[in-house]
Amino acid sequence: MERSLTQRALITALGWGIALLLFFPIFWMVLTSLKTETGAIATPPQLIFRPSLSSYIDVQERADYLRFALNSVLISVGGSVLALAFAIPAAYSMAFHPSPRTRGTLLWMLSTKMLPPVGVLVPIYLLFRNAGLLDTQFGLIVIYALMNLPIVVWMLFTFYKEVPNEILEAGRMDGARTWSEVWFLLLPLTLPGVASTGLLSLILCWNEAFWSLNLTSSGAAPLTTFIASFSSPEGLFFAKLSAASTAAVAPILVFGWLSQRQLVRGLTFGAVK
Amino acid sequence: MVPSVAVLLLWMIVPLVMTVWFSFQRYNLLDPSVGGFAGFDNYAYLVTDPDFWVSLRNTMVLLASVLVITVGLGTLLAVLFDQDFPGRGIARVLAISPFFVMPTVAALIWKNLMMHPIYGVFGAIAHGFGFEPIDWFAEYPMASVILIVSWEWLPFALLILLTAVQSLDHEQREAARMDSAGVVAQFFFITLPHLSRAISVVIMIETIFLLTVFAEIFVTTSGGPGNATTNLAFLIYARALLQFDVGGASAGGVVAILLANVVAFFLVRSIARRLEV
Repeated sequence: MERSLTQRALITALGWGIALLLFFPIFWMVLTSLKTETGAIATPPQLIFRPSLSSYIDVQERADYLRFALNSVLISVGGSVLALAFAIPAAYSMAFHPSPRTRGTLLWMLSTKMLPPVGVLVPIYLLFRNAGLLDTQFGLIVIYALMNLPIVVWMLFTFYKEVPNEILEAGRMDGARTWSEVWFLLLPLTLPGVASTGLLSLILCWNEAFWSLNLTSSGAAPLTTFIASFSSPEGLFFAKLSAASTAAVAPILVFGWLSQRQLVRGLTFGAVK
Repeated sequence: MVPSVAVLLLWMIVPLVMTVWFSFQRYNLLDPSVGGFAGFDNYAYLVTDPDFWVSLRNTMVLLASVLVITVGLGTLLAVLFDQDFPGRGIARVLAISPFFVMPTVAALIWKNLMMHPIYGVFGAIAHGFGFEPIDWFAEYPMASVILIVSWEWLPFALLILLTAVQSLDHEQREAARMDSAGVVAQFFFITLPHLSRAISVVIMIETIFLLTVFAEIFVTTSGGPGNATTNLAFLIYARALLQFDVGGASAGGVVAILLANVVAFFLVRSIARRLEV
């Protein structure tokens, strides 16, 4: 479309202005993390200063960031893999061997996602306490897998729906069994979809704060718990707080940037083509 | 299908039955001497507690406000970022970044670095213009929570709606322009109808997460001041793990589940019509 120069300049300014506005809190967090503690609370805020990494070193020494980060990676990956392992066969049979109840089952599964976790917090807490699962990585992996299962099944279902049934039938003619049909035909065909489903699940697990705050204390605690501990009076150390926050967010942020294109496909449930 | 649906069923039914069971019990973790069947006492206590009704209202206010803000602004921003301008790719990545920030961190940044009355950026700006800084979480607690949650979810709405806008047929728009349809008319009669499916997806996914907002409130206001920002999720948390009243918390849980079902009923119905299953 033809646009006058002023229109183009206006759109550029608006687009960049809004992008920077939305990004500003993150930028400010990184900036503050590089200040000294006195510099971080200077009024008016410092814009020019000598950056230092001392806050990051302090955080690692006091709270052992790496242990929490390792828990986060382990639990997010574990939870997502477990969810996919359950969801792939479920979505397969719903997409290719639908029954009259499939549609109802799908909608019902999605509606279970709307039940607030607090509704079942007490029983789960007591179950975990009695089973010795409180503050274990395994306990959180199971919870996260179950938590994301409805969305994961839904997404996989919409991706599988796009695969023509004839391809699978041809495989069956050649004597493929159900498992090899899923493994050698369906999975390669829908790999982008499975990947974006896994990505979303990973992000949701990484950022999940309700179950991790309530079910872990120290041993299996992921980064969300690590960060929440900085909201106590300790949190008044702004530079350390910012350093801890930056360290907790950086891995998933970079991961998100790199995978945003794949992610969009999954997030829209195939509804936006 | 059987194993994973069975797992889901167990996951939903077992805690649900336990929650309903506990909601009819006298059960306090701190006081083992109290016990036995409570009848509807826990529910009676709940509905006569003014905090409960406030929390119900807060939950709906939070849900409705964030939905209106994110879908409204998200649509406008999606149209804006669909335009071609220098550096659009980078600007877009910056704009969607907040979605990847975990809720606890988002809450901490906004609470301490942005909205802190003395050291926050907002305070500094107010000072610069000669105004008294505002203590956001004390004076406008709910608005502050809405601001933080909207900041997290606006990029999500933008991401989805942008994809939808980009799939819009350019020839169609061109034709509308030939018929001398104005920018506003194009937006309302072509872009918006095209976006309706994407908008319902955004509303559905956001509702799932907004009904259960917890970390943002836990970190910033702890439901306060008073009960100004206590939503149902936080109320039940406080009952169960701060007051150790399992019976009362379970009654709240049952109410939360009923509420979710009411919302889910209407939402899933309207979404199901738009999604081809």
